[in-house]
Amino acid sequence: MELKGKLLDVSNLKVSFYTYRGVVQALNGVDLWMDSGERLGVVGETGCGKSVTSLAVMRLIEQPGEIQEGKVIFNGTNLVELTEEKMNRVRGAEMSMIFQEPRSSLNPVMKVGYQIGESIAKSKKLKIKHTYPEVKEILRLVGLDPERVMNSYPHELSGGMSQRVMIGMGLASHPKLLIADEPTSALDVTIQAQILELLDELARKMGNAVMLITHDMGVVAEFCDKVLVMYAGNSVEYASTARLFEKPLHPYTGGLLQAVPRVGRTDELKAIKGTVPDLVNPPSGCRFHPRCPHSMDICKVERPPFVEIEPDHYVACYLFEGKSEVREDA
Amino acid sequence: MNFGQFLLRRLFLMVIVLFGVACIVFFIANVIPADPVGAILGGNAPPEAVDRLKAKLGYDQPLAIRFVNFITGAVRGDFGVSLKTSNPVMKDIMNYFPATMELALVAIIISIFLGITLGILSAVHRNKAIDQFSRVFSILGVSMPVFWIGLLLLLVFYFKLGWLPGSGRLGFFTNPPPRVTGMYLIDSIIAGQWDTFKEALMHILLPAFVLGYNATASIARITRASMLDVLRQDYIRTAKSKGLRKNVVIYRHALRNSLIPTVTIIGLVFGGLLEGAVLTETVFSWPGLGRYITTGMLFLDYPAIMGGTLYIALIYSIANLIVDILYALLDPRMRM
Amino acid sequence: MEKTVKVSKPFMDDLKHTVFLWRKSRLTMIGSAIILIFLLMAAFAPLIAPFDPVQQNLQNKLQAPSWQHLFGTDQFGRDIFSRVIIGSRIALWIIFLVSVISGSIGIIVGVTAGYFGGIVDEVLMRITDMFLAFPSLVLAMAFAAMLGPNLTNTIIAISVVTWTTYARLSRAEATKVKSQPYIEAIRAAGGGNLRIMFLHVLPMCISPVLVQLTLRMGTIILTAASLGFLGLGVQPPTPEWGAMVSDGRNYLIDQWWISTFPGIFIAFVVLGFNLLGDGIRDMLDPRLRR
Repeated sequence: MELKGKLLDVSNLKVSFYTYRGVVQALNGVDLWMDSGERLGVVGETGCGKSVTSLAVMRLIEQPGEIQEGKVIFNGTNLVELTEEKMNRVRGAEMSMIFQEPRSSLNPVMKVGYQIGESIAKSKKLKIKHTYPEVKEILRLVGLDPERVMNSYPHELSGGMSQRVMIGMGLASHPKLLIADEPTSALDVTIQAQILELLDELARKMGNAVMLITHDMGVVAEFCDKVLVMYAGNSVEYASTARLFEKPLHPYTGGLLQAVPRVGRTDELKAIKGTVPDLVNPPSGCRFHPRCPHSMDICKVERPPFVEIEPDHYVACYLFEGKSEVREDA
Repeated sequence: MNFGQFLLRRLFLMVIVLFGVACIVFFIANVIPADPVGAILGGNAPPEAVDRLKAKLGYDQPLAIRFVNFITGAVRGDFGVSLKTSNPVMKDIMNYFPATMELALVAIIISIFLGITLGILSAVHRNKAIDQFSRVFSILGVSMPVFWIGLLLLLVFYFKLGWLPGSGRLGFFTNPPPRVTGMYLIDSIIAGQWDTFKEALMHILLPAFVLGYNATASIARITRASMLDVLRQDYIRTAKSKGLRKNVVIYRHALRNSLIPTVTIIGLVFGGLLEGAVLTETVFSWPGLGRYITTGMLFLDYPAIMGGTLYIALIYSIANLIVDILYALLDPRMRM
Repeated sequence: MEKTVKVSKPFMDDLKHTVFLWRKSRLTMIGSAIILIFLLMAAFAPLIAPFDPVQQNLQNKLQAPSWQHLFGTDQFGRDIFSRVIIGSRIALWIIFLVSVISGSIGIIVGVTAGYFGGIVDEVLMRITDMFLAFPSLVLAMAFAAMLGPNLTNTIIAISVVTWTTYARLSRAEATKVKSQPYIEAIRAAGGGNLRIMFLHVLPMCISPVLVQLTLRMGTIILTAASLGFLGLGVQPPTPEWGAMVSDGRNYLIDQWWISTFPGIFIAFVVLGFNLLGDGIRDMLDPRLRR
């Protein structure tokens, strides 16, 4: 069943990487969806597949990786089936992405103004040199001084400034979806807040949806409407931010929240036992079962389906079996 | 440090190094030979002949004076008179240098063009047919001696197939065009002598290709490696995420970054060309500076050896300077 | 439950990993095989060569390759196959001596420059620059010509031209090492400069220099062959490969074998060193080691 009216609907996405060590099953059937204008936080430990998911949505997965199965329905079209040429029209125009390391994500031998102009030129079919007035507008919009920054090279800018440039570049074509892959992880804490504020302000102005990938629950709490928790290549829980913090269902989510320091907490921080599984030889059944305090026999055998337990709250866990409507994998 | 300061510092260093080069050249020709004059004339020469030659060469004077004379002469461009041709060495150098320059220029143009093309194609179509061919070509090119390739190609294209001429810059009966630069290709165009141009071109093709073979291989290798490296970078991922077409990503975003190491190689390669010229000119009887020096060394023509070697070092240093400048221009991060 | 901890032996693991990487790369294996053949050829040369390489035999001159003379004979009736085989000894000898001499000079100059820094460093580096201002073959030619062309002087001439690489490399290593805390400690305990330089700094430079030496061995052979070809290197009748190629120049049209076979061997050995060198370089590159 495809959920109608969604901006983005990812179902059963499987991605593998063929390395000399073996086949890394990075995504094992991920489900994810977003409405227009929505803010979705995608959280999980390093290696859980959050970045891979975002790259797969943008069809930027390259050799030795490939998308094996699944659908990525964006605005009614299945992106997985598009030709590269058609996909290029989607990328940068309707969907853009900003990355974790802004300074290495900008071309070091090109001026910043030119790189932003490139995005505009592509969507408006102009020559790059004719886009400069608009480039200046965008620089102002992201809080930078156009005169200073237009003709600078990336290595002349600070981390925060570079990230602002990337945001400007990403939003220049007024995309419907902006994917932000850990945009603040490489920045100072004070700059982090500024960048998030900027993303918030611009999203309000331009009406784009934001998929924010992060490992920081604090950022999620502040910025996101909905949260998707991932573990070892699977979606394990989905809910509104408030609901997730209030009543986390999946044992992993519970573990995540317990390991995060928060103002007002007086109990001990508890780490989740064990380590992230090896994705070349992942655990059978539910990939979390070796670390789960509640694991049952069936958890070792078959992967639990991602089902709706209460309105708009999904979990993949046998603890809640039978209390749900099953969401069929299309 | 801005560009002007960078340039000045490099020039200053170059002058110091060239002085040292002159010292080394002097040392080689004046200090090393145990009996320089005897080496030329042989063991049984009569003493008057020995003395005469010594005076002619200036070897009867003390070392220090000879050194000062040499340096002051070098700055003026006066290296004395060649023992073999009886011309002032500088005149000989000016005569023969354009031939070498022309050969080197044609060689490097061919190599840059072929090398970069092969390198890019190899990187973009990694592990497919063109890549395998290019890699074999490259590794062989870097391993085979220039003079041997020259002889083999001479054997095939001249002796067996007769497609290309085997020696000299022009046919026996053709006169060179009126001298403007000394480079026949350019001079013949200036004078409007198309037949001469064609003949000069035919004569230069084989030696230039041979001379450039090593260079082509090196350039292809480094362009491939560098391109592969660049294609892995974050900013290429960004360019793709902007929905730019593959060709735009390669030629607008990747190429300039990947050429940075290639430019350094071109500098190194030019040095290799000067060496290779010595060998290629010998194989193809090309009347250039390389052959002049070689002959000078075989016959112990001291003034020619000193002047020629110093001149080549000068050219080499200038070439390296140009490469440093190009490098700084290409990569704004390097303007330190 | 008690967990038993495995004691890891990082050196052995590293070694095993290196061997694994070495065997994985086909080209490196091929390179190693070529070098092995070369070494065996040089070692057993007198046993393999059927004829005396220097003995003239004018009745047999200019014979095409046959079962008796695998590579034919030259204008003096000498068997080219034998000459090429014996020539491998000369090539090996040149490589070995040049490496030892230039490596030693380079390390000493580089360590001195790196360790003392300041004016010593500046001066030594300028001197290095001066040697590098010449295309290496031209400088080697000049030295060889002046010293008098023969095997010994060829070795000296090539050494003069190659030491600079190792000097720069050692200097970079020495600069890194000298600022390490343990060097400070030794100095505080009373260790003199010379002692520190030779016992502590220099050994750290040996490994990268050794790698570089291997990478340059192909170039050494090419330079020696070039000198031989031009007549400024090893003199006839010694069967040096480059000189042999030159021998055949006048007979190229009809007796192509005189120049061709020595050249093939030069290319073959240089190829081996290049492949092996590439492989070694890849193996040591930390990015590619995984």
